[in-house]
Amino acid sequence: MEKKNPKEWYISNFETFEKKLNGGSKTYLHEIRKEALRELASLNFPTFRNEEWKYTDVSPIVNNNFVPAVNTTPAKVDKKTIDQLLFKNFDYHLLVFINGIFSEELSDIKELPRGVFIGSLKRLYKERPQLVDQHLNKVSRIENAFNALNTAYAVDGFAAIIPDCVIVEKPIQILYLNSSETEQILSVPRNLIMVGKNSQLSVITNHRGTGSEKYFSNIVSEILVDENGILDFYKIQYENDEAYHIEKVQAIQKKSSVLNHYNINFGGAIVRNDINSVLDDENIETHFYGLYLAHGNQHVDNHTFADHAKPNCMSNELYKGILDDNARGVFNGKIIVRKDAQKTNAYQSNKTILLSKTAKIDTKPQLEIFADDVKCSHGATVGQLDEEAEFYIRSRGVPQELAKSMLIRAFANDVIEKVKIEPLKEQLNHMIFEHLKKVEILNL
Amino acid sequence: MLAIKNLHANVEGKEILKGINLLINAGEVHAIMGPNGSGKSTLANVLAGNSSYEVTEGEVYFDGKNILEMNPETRAREGIFLAFQYPIEIAGISNATFLKTALNEIKRYKGEPELTPKEFLDRMKAKAQILGLDETLISRYVNVGFSGGEKKRNEIFQMLMLEPKFVLLDETDSGLDIDALKIVSSGVNIYRNKDNAVLVVTHYQRLLNYIQPDFVHVLFNGKIIKTGGKELALELEDKGYDWVKDEALETQNV
Ligand SMILES: Nc1ncnc2c1ncn2[C@@H]1O[C@H](COP(=O)(O)OP(=O)(O)OP(=O)(O)O)[C@@H](O)[C@H]1O
Ligand SMILES: [Mg+2]
Repeated sequence: MEKKNPKEWYISNFETFEKKLNGGSKTYLHEIRKEALRELASLNFPTFRNEEWKYTDVSPIVNNNFVPAVNTTPAKVDKKTIDQLLFKNFDYHLLVFINGIFSEELSDIKELPRGVFIGSLKRLYKERPQLVDQHLNKVSRIENAFNALNTAYAVDGFAAIIPDCVIVEKPIQILYLNSSETEQILSVPRNLIMVGKNSQLSVITNHRGTGSEKYFSNIVSEILVDENGILDFYKIQYENDEAYHIEKVQAIQKKSSVLNHYNINFGGAIVRNDINSVLDDENIETHFYGLYLAHGNQHVDNHTFADHAKPNCMSNELYKGILDDNARGVFNGKIIVRKDAQKTNAYQSNKTILLSKTAKIDTKPQLEIFADDVKCSHGATVGQLDEEAEFYIRSRGVPQELAKSMLIRAFANDVIEKVKIEPLKEQLNHMIFEHLKKVEILNL
Repeated sequence: MLAIKNLHANVEGKEILKGINLLINAGEVHAIMGPNGSGKSTLANVLAGNSSYEVTEGEVYFDGKNILEMNPETRAREGIFLAFQYPIEIAGISNATFLKTALNEIKRYKGEPELTPKEFLDRMKAKAQILGLDETLISRYVNVGFSGGEKKRNEIFQMLMLEPKFVLLDETDSGLDIDALKIVSSGVNIYRNKDNAVLVVTHYQRLLNYIQPDFVHVLFNGKIIKTGGKELALELEDKGYDWVKDEALETQNV
């Protein structure tokens, strides 16, 4: 089949989509979608001429005519398949999305504290439409054609609404499984997370792919953390190696809130993460932890943005990567300290290990400071595994390959040790070795 | 046990070892002393197989095998152990994991059965006790957050766990207070027997009060310029190195 111009393709598919919506096409949400479609028509997909996308060539994504998941027949996935992909050995609420669409029967949401909503965006819209109308596409605004594409086709995603003064004890595990044997699918989860005053929530998004076809995950996550709220957001991206994956996370934080964002990337042919938080009041803490492990021809681009709008806040960022073969990494860490944001503490560190001569990283801090009484620091290093350390390990009788694995684990440990869910740590360590195809070393 | 013949070695193109000859028999303790930069750590690293050091001439036989052909892990499995002057930290790897991995590799090489988890744990606890190390050491990461003295003690702990045949101690005494020095020395003395051997690199005579050497060698500018008994260490402590250098110059040894 001949490839269509990408914008025409997604615009022409919209009609089919609208027909499937039935009554849904008369809602305010649909107005947001139609507006996004108009924006899609006027925006261009980014190219390397766009400063923000300079090192990431998205043309392989753009030039593929992916079929929006809503326009396809739902894939059949059984519980056993799901089971193999989950993080285990701790208690959690489970939500499963197949190609971005919620699956009630595969999910398992246990008893929740009163007033808490954990479920699909679709159900949230049925139950509390005004809440969705009020926040969707307002926390995050459309910045590029990918965001517009997500919004135009947004029908479902993960939603969590936590009222004030509630601690949700069990983490929420969300499996986004992309799977098709027949079509190249566009999956567009749209997530909305609102943590009330003095409330706490922990979320694990688990992005996976099965099936034989190439696919494109294009995600937007909108997050509000109200006064004194704490959100731990673990993103673990292990799509299959041919997949394309783009996510924009936009958070707005209120007074004395804490956001811990963990951005752990294994899979995908082209991956782009935009992790943004606005520190919109005083005494806020934002932690951005990242780990990227890539091999073959994988390309992984992480853009982060800590927007210090008010005084006395702290942002702390630690991104580490291990790149092998021809893998390519991009890191861009933006920190803006606005005029009012006196007494800001902002730290940033990016460290990359290259395991081969052909792996490459482009790393760039981007600090824009408009206040005078601030503490900011940033640093970036690129290197190899330490040969002296390798010698130390081998001098105890450990073979070279295993010594390297120990050093890989040691390098990743700075980030892994920040993970608060113990059983998740060992599973992440396992994934590091599995993905890099290195001899595994797990602690006794 | 160990025979070093006319050993020359370079670091980054610069010759550091300039013809070392040394014979160490089972049951012996040898000490090497010498000023900073004379090549003591270089010798230790070359014997353990550090590839940053390039051997340009000479031979080293360990139990009749030419070890210069062997990679570091094979040398370790053959029974060579270097207690490092500056031990490395390995975050994310527990001491138990590290030592179990090492011990199993060594056992497999020798064709011996692996230890059961219980045997391994018991052994860790017993050896830790000898060195006055807390049992929490077992689950702590290798050398991470250890004080300088703890790192040195941990080297001796590893030695006791792995039971090598030939031990190189590279300034294991430096940075130790007197109590730690006694503990570390007793660890080494517990390990010593007629079948193994020790080469101690040190600047201080005080260690040799606890680990009594059979021979003391003076390394200067990449060569052994004098060899004596344990009284030589006392003399060096007293008079410094200049007189040895002068003596060597007279006999055209430098
Ligand atoms: N990795 C290296 N790169 C460059 N030069 C080195 C390296 N290792 C050793 N050298 C040089 O080789 C010489 C001998 O160093 P070595 O560490 O063997 O001395 P040493 O006798 O152990 O000294 P100290 O008593 O200070 O420990 C020194 O001049 C040192 O600078
Ligand atoms: Mg030295």
